[in-house]
Amino acid sequence: MSTPGAEPDEPWPLWEVFVRANRGLSHVHVGSLHAPDTEMAIRNARDVYTRRNEGVSIWVVPAEAITTSDPDARDAFFESPAGKNYRHARYYDKAEGVRHL
Amino acid sequence: MTKSYAGRDASTGSIDDLHGDVAVDEVELAEELLGAADATASDDVAAYALRLGDDALILAQQLGWWISRAPELEEDVALGNIALDLLGHARSLLHYAGTASGRTEDGLAYWRDEPEFRSAWLFEQPNGDFAHTIARQLFAALYFEALYSRLRDSADETLTAIAAKAVKEVAYHVDHAEQWMLRLALGTDESRRRITVAIADLWPYLDELFRDDELIERLDAAPEGAIAARPSALREPVMDAVAGILSACELDAPTVPFAAGGGREGRHSSYLGYLLAEMQVLARKHPGASW
Repeated sequence: MSTPGAEPDEPWPLWEVFVRANRGLSHVHVGSLHAPDTEMAIRNARDVYTRRNEGVSIWVVPAEAITTSDPDARDAFFESPAGKNYRHARYYDKAEGVRHL
Repeated sequence: MTKSYAGRDASTGSIDDLHGDVAVDEVELAEELLGAADATASDDVAAYALRLGDDALILAQQLGWWISRAPELEEDVALGNIALDLLGHARSLLHYAGTASGRTEDGLAYWRDEPEFRSAWLFEQPNGDFAHTIARQLFAALYFEALYSRLRDSADETLTAIAAKAVKEVAYHVDHAEQWMLRLALGTDESRRRITVAIADLWPYLDELFRDDELIERLDAAPEGAIAARPSALREPVMDAVAGILSACELDAPTVPFAAGGGREGRHSSYLGYLLAEMQVLARKHPGASW
């Protein structure tokens, strides 16, 4: 990746933002933003996504560091669990004499 | 007045109602003003609060111009946030200043002319390019930080309450300005050229921020203890901080003469008139308007 701003028309890289609303909760994806580097990304996230008291902690992740599943391959990717109840242990009878199960 | 969003009422169905009747609850907003609700400023304290309030108000108005015009949307929001913080300081300070003469914060903001404004010249300097705005932000934020951190020890309880809240907010303004200083100064040849020019252009307006006068002397000698943060005492911490960031940016301090200044006595550069005209036109054209 070239230096942000080196080319006049080059936009800043994209970052994905995760905010934790309270202690004990997980960070939740809230959106994305542009920023020239990590320090500015965390500050921009603070300004854009937590200006009305939304959170106590922020993560920013370069969007290009996230690998996503292919939306077009959704059927093949997520179909297999359906109709395969044998994958769930609760469909098996417990053998007699097994305790603490 | 009560807060009403007519569009939310199921009985009034039209889309127009969504935007037709939104009133700001002045009573609710008043609760956000800092300091004792019934505190009344003396004439001297009011004059001091007016200076601080005008500094914040003028800079807030300037920064608002950037919304939709900054390099990226994210920076629009950052500068808008800073402007709103400053507007909050201005509200509390002008409200307090108005208690001495029975004027409201809006009355002071919208119904005074240039010679009645007490802001320093730094704040009315034009936005210029982004580098000029960042240079002005650096000087302004470091000044506010030194000012409010000392004002927390004021003998005046309303000023200490305002300062205690403001100091946390301006710490972020300092950080924002410093981050941009580093990136502009150490970025491309063009960004370094622009921030170098901007620092030299804004440098002359630093000195006025550190000048004591008779009002400050009287407030310093108040029987209940020092009320003002003495401007001359802010010079060292502010200039040390400026030197620190310039050094990190590998920039030299400019050797340019100081500007005359005179904002504290109501003498202003020609920039303030245009700024006030834009800020005040709506309130003056439609007195008492609410939205």
